[in-house]
Amino acid sequence: MSANARPLSPHIGIYRWQIQMVTSILHRATGIALAAGTILLVVALLALAAGPEAWDCVAACCRSWFGTILLIGWTWSLAFHWLNGIRHLAQDLGYGFAPATFVRNGWISTIGSLVLTVLVWACVFAQRGGA
Amino acid sequence: MNDKFRTPLKDAIGLGSAKQGLHHFVVQRITAVALLLLVPWFVWTVLRLLHLDAAGAHALVAQPCNAVLLFAFVVAVFWHAQLGLQVVIEDYVHARGMLFVLQLAVKFLCFLGGAACALAILKIALGR
Repeated sequence: MSANARPLSPHIGIYRWQIQMVTSILHRATGIALAAGTILLVVALLALAAGPEAWDCVAACCRSWFGTILLIGWTWSLAFHWLNGIRHLAQDLGYGFAPATFVRNGWISTIGSLVLTVLVWACVFAQRGGA
Repeated sequence: MNDKFRTPLKDAIGLGSAKQGLHHFVVQRITAVALLLLVPWFVWTVLRLLHLDAAGAHALVAQPCNAVLLFAFVVAVFWHAQLGLQVVIEDYVHARGMLFVLQLAVKFLCFLGGAACALAILKIALGR
């Protein structure tokens, strides 16, 4: 996309993967995914305002296997962006910059987001009755 | 010939982030704190929708408390998304024309998404 040939910083390909990179990249990636997910928010609210037929149609799409996969993805994206966002706000206040703390909090965001996703979907599948 | 006497400063003047970056930073944090509080409520509300039919879902969203919180959530979501996507585009898109088009598109789409949601919430809350 660069309009002019400028010097480039070392590409991420040369680095050993570590949790600091993973959380930074995932925060941006999940943010973009969640922005795309707002389309469903708009569609669902417009459908609810439009009437029962439209709402049932959206609900059926959400219950399909394809909709379920997307929703699980968005649930995890939201869980990660939310947890890691708390970490970012703490860092804005000056906390959590010691390397050991930074790494630990990165793992908390990553594993915690998976735990939250499982909890939410356990509720969903319990209410759906296993379907 | 003129290039000999030009410094990089000439290319920078008028294109800088001067005086606007802090506002972006602050608003992104304000909307982040709002969403920190609103997201758990939103997830809880969506889970409550699961065992409701269309009429039940309509009634739940129409409750004044839920309608107001959902309105706040929608405003914060689209504002936060616009600020975030703006930075992503600034980071990766350097062709001037494309940058201009994408930034406008993101602002318009986020506004339209927020406006559509707001109108739908108003219709649900005030309808019947």
